[in-house]
Amino acid sequence: MATATAPTPASIGLTRLKTSLSSSLWIPAYSLWRRELVRFYRQKARVVGVIASPLLFWLVLGSGFSKTFQSHGAASAAASGSTHYLSYFFPGAIIMIVLFTAIFSMMSLIQDRNEGFLLSVLASPVSRSAIVLGKVLGGATLAAIQGWVFLVFCPLAGVHTTPLGMLYAMLAIALTSFSLTALGFVIAWPMDSTQAFHAIINLVLIPLWLGSGALFPVSGASGWLRFLMLLNPLTYGVDMLRNGLFPAELTTFSPEFNLIVTVVFCAVVFVGSWAVVNRRSNKPAA
Amino acid sequence: MATTQQIGRSSQPAQQSTPAGQFAPHAPIEIDHLSHDYGTRLALDGLTFDVRSAEIFGLLGPNGSGKTTLFRILSTLMVPTGGHARLAGFDVSTEANRVRLQTGIVFQATSLDVKLTVGENLMHQGHLYGLSGSHLKSRSKEVLDRVGLTDRKNDMVETLSGGQKRRVELAKGLIHSPSVLLLDEPTTGLDPGARIDLWNYLRILRDEQGVTVLVTTHLMEEAEHCDRLAILSEGKLVALGSPAELKAEIGGDIVQFETASADAATTLGARIADRFGVVPVVVDNAVRVEREQGHRFLTEVVEAFPGEIVSVSVSKPSLEDVFIQHTGHRFWLDQGEEKQ
Repeated sequence: MATATAPTPASIGLTRLKTSLSSSLWIPAYSLWRRELVRFYRQKARVVGVIASPLLFWLVLGSGFSKTFQSHGAASAAASGSTHYLSYFFPGAIIMIVLFTAIFSMMSLIQDRNEGFLLSVLASPVSRSAIVLGKVLGGATLAAIQGWVFLVFCPLAGVHTTPLGMLYAMLAIALTSFSLTALGFVIAWPMDSTQAFHAIINLVLIPLWLGSGALFPVSGASGWLRFLMLLNPLTYGVDMLRNGLFPAELTTFSPEFNLIVTVVFCAVVFVGSWAVVNRRSNKPAA
Repeated sequence: MATTQQIGRSSQPAQQSTPAGQFAPHAPIEIDHLSHDYGTRLALDGLTFDVRSAEIFGLLGPNGSGKTTLFRILSTLMVPTGGHARLAGFDVSTEANRVRLQTGIVFQATSLDVKLTVGENLMHQGHLYGLSGSHLKSRSKEVLDRVGLTDRKNDMVETLSGGQKRRVELAKGLIHSPSVLLLDEPTTGLDPGARIDLWNYLRILRDEQGVTVLVTTHLMEEAEHCDRLAILSEGKLVALGSPAELKAEIGGDIVQFETASADAATTLGARIADRFGVVPVVVDNAVRVEREQGHRFLTEVVEAFPGEIVSVSVSKPSLEDVFIQHTGHRFWLDQGEEKQ
């Protein structure tokens, strides 16, 4: 009767695998993820800054540009149907929030390294994937929440969409949050100073946003700029968000194409961040 | 505390549950021809020694002696370029995760998240080591109790004093009931009272829980607290033994004759060697001789070479004398910039 109740070797193996996965991957990843959120909400200035600055940016820049764009007749062509530049700029402003939050949360990676926190994580038996998952999902969650919160300004921006469109927009925000956070992770991982990271922000991340169709449409650009914008993976994230918020309008690319490119971008940068972490060498680790 | 120990280990596989190597065929730490080459510089040069079960073992060396490199290798943060190091029988290069489960680490720099509370830091550390739920809660309570910080559990780490932070670090290192505890310069930045507390905690861990403790230090007075010591210089092991044994090796007294210049010291050293058949060590402008009945020898030397000696001293050997005896130079002169 003991044999009747005894688990089979296969089920033991499976249980052991589950146990080892939960103890070396999911629990640590959850713990690192939770830490990102707790830290963020304990630093009130970060919360305020990340909501207020894009709002200001959107209102000031959007209002300023709207005259210019209208007077040249570009806005109507660009935003094709949405009468106001503020509407055109709205998805771009949301992606900007996402970008800022992603950047700031990955800056904490450099801080973790300098303060020694990362050292104790690296010396623990967690799988390296848990570090990537926890940290990137933590940053991505924050970025996505910030982006979603900004959706309350939809009425102000003249957004007319369906519930499904809104869900699609939220998905676009979530995926873009993930890819930008993972990109921040890849950049921040080998760095030991936030100053160097700032340089990269100005050199790579801000231009990435500027040339993503956030401020002006791909169709409005010409020559080499248009080519660069087409190569920019963020272009498709911004366009995807536009698909969701303004389903009636014709966007640069089809919703399906935008979704595929955005998902592939997520996968590529995630694998990238996984790869940079999984190097164990005979050089000092941190 | 024996029961605590069992509770702490109960979730781990059976073969790892032997308390601190009691029946284990391996020493808790085995270092076997360990070398590390940073490419341009050989930081460790063929180290071989064992750390015994339930002892407080000190790694003493000046900056640049290789102790930080050795600590990095033992804490599995770096793979050595030659030789082997085993903790609790597991190789640090090939079985890093098994080593990590057996090892608690207290780094020199604080590894706490100051924006989290003491309790949150411990929970997080427990999660990294695969602990969770009520087991983790009880472990957290135990280690906090052990370091006397139960009442600060819900306080933000940034509100703690330096000594209290160090105690949280220690609690963090102990959360998964490791059989080996590694500490890198653990008393850096602590006031004398906090230093004494820390050493008391380490002794309690050794005596009550059979934990093997390895401490790196560049302070002679700290090294005196250790059961045994390895003295490192330029990546090599220069001496190994208890502080008392090491000092006893020197024998009698240390007699030092200071001269006007380094050249004068060299000359005087040679002449003393000729006349008295001893082996003096010349360090800068001083000649050092280890000798029974130092005061008598001192008188003889001063009478033999009256004009050449500026000042003299006789002392019982210290660990610094041990270092000088083995390396031929002063402890603090060896301040090569240590990489990282």
